[in-house]
Amino acid sequence: MSELFTLPVLFGVVYSGIRLATPYLYAAVGETFAQRSGVLNLGVDGIILMGAYSGFYVSIITGNTWLGLLTAMGVGLLMGLLMAFISVTLQAEQGISGIGLYLFGLGLSSLLFQKTLGEGQALSGFGPVKIPWLGDLPWVGAVLFNHSLLVYGAFLLVPVAHWVMYRTTLGLRIRAVGQNPQAADSLGVSVARVRYFTVTLGGLLAGVAGASLSISLVNMFRENMTNGLGFIAVALVYFGSWTPFGVMGGALLFSFVNALQLWIQVKGVNIPSDVAVMLPYILTIVVLAFARRTQQPAALTKPFERGES
Amino acid sequence: MPKFKRFLTTYFEALLPTLAVGLALLIGAVILLALRVNPLAAYGAMVQGALGNVNGLTQTVATATPLLFVGLGICIAFRGGVINIGGEGQLVVGALAATAVALALPSLPGLILAPLVMLTGAAAGGVWGGIPGVLKARLGVNEILSTIMMNQIAVQFSNLLLRGPMLDPAMINVGAQVPQSAPIPESAFLFRLVPRTLLHTGALVAVVMAVLVYIFLRRTTIGYRIRAVGLNPHAARYAGIRAPVYQALALALAGAFAGLAGAVEVQGIHHRMLEGLSSGYGFSGIVVALFGKLHPLGALPAAFLFGGLLVGAGKMQRAVQVPSALIDALQGMVVLFVVGSDIWVRYRARQRQTQEAPKAVTGPVAEAEA
Repeated sequence: MSELFTLPVLFGVVYSGIRLATPYLYAAVGETFAQRSGVLNLGVDGIILMGAYSGFYVSIITGNTWLGLLTAMGVGLLMGLLMAFISVTLQAEQGISGIGLYLFGLGLSSLLFQKTLGEGQALSGFGPVKIPWLGDLPWVGAVLFNHSLLVYGAFLLVPVAHWVMYRTTLGLRIRAVGQNPQAADSLGVSVARVRYFTVTLGGLLAGVAGASLSISLVNMFRENMTNGLGFIAVALVYFGSWTPFGVMGGALLFSFVNALQLWIQVKGVNIPSDVAVMLPYILTIVVLAFARRTQQPAALTKPFERGES
Repeated sequence: MPKFKRFLTTYFEALLPTLAVGLALLIGAVILLALRVNPLAAYGAMVQGALGNVNGLTQTVATATPLLFVGLGICIAFRGGVINIGGEGQLVVGALAATAVALALPSLPGLILAPLVMLTGAAAGGVWGGIPGVLKARLGVNEILSTIMMNQIAVQFSNLLLRGPMLDPAMINVGAQVPQSAPIPESAFLFRLVPRTLLHTGALVAVVMAVLVYIFLRRTTIGYRIRAVGLNPHAARYAGIRAPVYQALALALAGAFAGLAGAVEVQGIHHRMLEGLSSGYGFSGIVVALFGKLHPLGALPAAFLFGGLLVGAGKMQRAVQVPSALIDALQGMVVLFVVGSDIWVRYRARQRQTQEAPKAVTGPVAEAEA
């Protein structure tokens, strides 16, 4: 056991924890916007899978990872638009339509992958970029400032999202629409337009989350490679009390536990790996049970229709 | 004329799920064309595989059986206003518990053992579904998220048991490590209705259960309360119904049916617990329930249809090399179309209410009673 907690192991856990947090951050920050405006998009996992596949496919075909990233964003945007249409215009039950979107993305990404690429393809995606000066710092440099561009992007996204949410008119509108759509509507804010914007943005970011998996972290695509990542991202929004920084805290905690779990397996500590894999999910339930729900947007999952009280 | 119009719209509403499947198949055909696959050949292979001969047909009914069990549970949960995504995990836990009991009590006569094993599966699934139910009732934990997490935990738990305490001793002897349990005693089997096919008595149990769930929701106090809570929890509370209790109960019942599906899969098909026993039945059960409009008897044809699609997809993959993942995409589209078209049904309901104003006064609880 003492062998587990050496300095290199600790740094290794922090390093992989930061890496692993990347897809969660993109997806969960996007989902925060959607939920803050009152829409629960449970189909995130399906969007991530489609983003991962399309980003990977285009990167392989063109040899250009930037084009791949762009495609993943476009595909995510389209799927977000689909979810917005179903949940806002058609006012469908959000939890169930999210499962529909998930199954659709899961099935379509597997189908396309098997018919277009098949097994055993790999590519060199976004490699690590060392930040000048900071990256040369002992220990800290290697752990914090030697990541792929998409990892930096994920952590930059958090303060930007915070700024948009709390310092701009747009953010105020998003929060108003999620808290009291009737009041926002009576003040001339288009509830539908705000929700379309947030859900589509959430889709786009989920697409990036997928690309961060397939062309930056793992550099390959597998069927159902997310293994429920998107659902955990949704849970992280609850955990983070619907704030970008809260979500970041949750994502980091979650991925540190995950990284530790991986190290435990590598080190062959006498804990069955199945128990270790179980830990993050148990943690999520425990955390959900004790999360503060005072922040929950009052109109979350409630479709809006004019003239209803 | 207005009578005829009402007749038409009523039928249109009843046909909406079928139209949803048709539209999904159409979009699926476009996707197949884009992949340079002849959709007629693919769908033809699917229909031929699912219904073309005795083997396919019995397999379709055998696959429809767990879907019907899970779908019935989903009907109860969704009618109670709680969303159970945890069918997958509940099924796995039910199958595990069923296998464990069957292996522990091999000397019991079949007439006692087989029902006991089924009940055990249902009880285990009920506990697995009841945990999110209690968490929701006591701590307000969102049941969608907790049931999804419980799925992952169940699968890992199953892997742990199947590689450790429940691993088939025969496996250890030959040095192989296929994660599966020892075969259960023959007395716990659900016997085959048609020899040399997969069709077993579990299918009959499922049909009986559909009728029982129908009666339960329609004719019993508990069923009535579950529906009242689902229609309007606030109104139900004013009527003296403790909404959280009945929502937790609805989740536990949904879990019990998924657990029963797991037990029946073990007793009727595989005769042991193995990894990947549930290939997405938890999610397909949701599609079945939605296709049947959350009506227990509507779940009957729905389960048959989606059982056929799943069986046909496997055959299609072998015959024309179209991955069976197509079915996941089709199911997803069916869900999206069915819940998306609900707006039309709600619109029609509101029109009727304003036309026949006096009825509307009685409110949601009275509706639940009707």
